[in-house]
Amino acid sequence: MNDLGSPQLQIEGVSKVFGSGGTEVVALNDINLSITAGEFVCLLGPSGCGKSTLLNAIAGFSLPTCGRVVANGAEVAVPGPDRAMVFQEYALFPWMTVAANISFGLEIKKIPKAEIIEKVSTLLEKLQIKEFSDRFPKDLSGGMRQRVAIARALALDSPILLMDEPFGALDALTRRSLQEELLRIWMEFKKTIVFVTHSIEESIYLADRIVVMTFRPGTIKQVVPIDLPRPRDVASSRFITIQKQLSQMVMEEQMRFQKDEAEHLRV
Amino acid sequence: MTDKNGRLKNGMAIFKRTLQGTIVPVVLLIVWEALTQSGFINPQILPAPSQVLLKWIAYLKPLEPYDPANMSYLAWLFSGELPHDALASIIRVVGGFGIGAGLALPLGLLMGGSARFYQLMNPLVQLLRPIPPIAYIPLAILWFGLGNPPAFFLISLGAFFPVLMNTISGVRTVDEIYIRAARNLGASGATLFLRVILPAATPHILTGLRVGIGVAFIVVIVAEMIAVNNGLGFRILEAREFMWSDKIIAGMITIGLLGLAIDTGMDRINRYLLRWHRGMDQ
Ligand SMILES: Nc1ncnc2c1ncn2[C@@H]1O[C@H](COP(=O)(O)OP(=O)(O)OP(=O)(O)O)[C@@H](O)[C@H]1O
Ligand SMILES: [Mg+2]
Repeated sequence: MNDLGSPQLQIEGVSKVFGSGGTEVVALNDINLSITAGEFVCLLGPSGCGKSTLLNAIAGFSLPTCGRVVANGAEVAVPGPDRAMVFQEYALFPWMTVAANISFGLEIKKIPKAEIIEKVSTLLEKLQIKEFSDRFPKDLSGGMRQRVAIARALALDSPILLMDEPFGALDALTRRSLQEELLRIWMEFKKTIVFVTHSIEESIYLADRIVVMTFRPGTIKQVVPIDLPRPRDVASSRFITIQKQLSQMVMEEQMRFQKDEAEHLRV
Repeated sequence: MTDKNGRLKNGMAIFKRTLQGTIVPVVLLIVWEALTQSGFINPQILPAPSQVLLKWIAYLKPLEPYDPANMSYLAWLFSGELPHDALASIIRVVGGFGIGAGLALPLGLLMGGSARFYQLMNPLVQLLRPIPPIAYIPLAILWFGLGNPPAFFLISLGAFFPVLMNTISGVRTVDEIYIRAARNLGASGATLFLRVILPAATPHILTGLRVGIGVAFIVVIVAEMIAVNNGLGFRILEAREFMWSDKIIAGMITIGLLGLAIDTGMDRINRYLLRWHRGMDQ
């Protein structure tokens, strides 16, 4: 959608099959998607449609059965700090303090100590978690934990940020404040973001483009560009119109998901 | 002001609870004392608690009067039979536990970390694990004769398997999400193992260490009854030969106190090392 940007992330004919024989599950089928640098893309779809599977393929946690992912000009084979990931929950290392969690990736990169301290301090400030720097994750609320997780991912300076329902477990208010924080970060650091959600509202609030996925096999149902100016007003009529359109699409897939569930229960 | 009040209240509550906790033991002691004093129970079978206490003090006290020319005051203070026995037992527990845990920990980390090594070693471990350490006594004596070597062998064996099994399962059950997060941050190899897998497995490993030292403490008493001629286990068996039931019970109480001290110590260490862990707040 952005002519100036070059493709930062290319998903080429990606399919993923779990299991084999009778219990085979086609989680993804022939996904093709090109994401330009600096783009904010949301993957939207009902539970089980393969959103995490696609994100994991980009992250390199689990390689596609066929097809390939090209990130930052290289084919993805293993996980790496050029594709920083923010997980849904509890992925902070509980035995490390907040500051240690954030600096861990930098220590692995063998960055000089003074530089690490400075960088961590900047990130703590930016995400407003400075007062928690010596606390362990167990002492933090869900929202604060996700701030730390974002800081940890940002510390890597990776051009791509992958997020798997990062705000799914948060209450509405915390969620909104983190969404705004994320948009600020996205603009300041010019990240390319792939953000998984099953909240339609969240996807319209955040994304440049929404990729709506189908349920089993997971394919791209439609790519919906959102060109509302930011900050977006969730009560505006255009926002609501788009929301209705998307609801319709997601609902169809949700019905297929429920039918599938019901069939599973019958056998 | 309120804080002081609150603390006072809290203190009172603790005092009350402690008082309540002592009711049953005190009543029991009084009944026991009365039964033996009245001649209802043969003191050879079950001596009065007061007699046990006297014996315990005699057992604890230095044998010789203090002579500065001979030894320092501290050495004299601990020159009684009981301090010697207790120290001998502690050295055996700590030494045996150190050897057993020291071997089990690296082996467990290797078995937990490498599926290939696990497959290689697991059948043997499963075969040996159910054999109680006590069953090794004949073999231990055959191999090492009498004295400290068989005792250390048995104790380290007792500590070995709990530490090994818990370390293996600790490493193998590390939540996948931590490994993913670490690999995403660029961690691999030794860094991944030492900074992520090992700390994630510490709750299990510490459980293993705690069980291990508990078993070591059981085995030390048995080993001392069989292989050596000092230590608390030896002393209570020796007392039986002379029908000194008061000394047997005094020795048992010492064993109990020592066990409690060891367990409390381990608990402290656990709490410190797991201060990051959920459910470790109180
Ligand atoms: N390791 C696996 N083995 C077998 N099947 C799997 C595995 N992982 C995922 N699946 C299946 O693949 C499909 C897609 O799963 P995925 O986790 O990607 O869905 P999702 O869109 O992220 O759902 P959710 O919104 O619930 O997180 C599901 O039907 C799931 O059952
Ligand atoms: Mg998912």
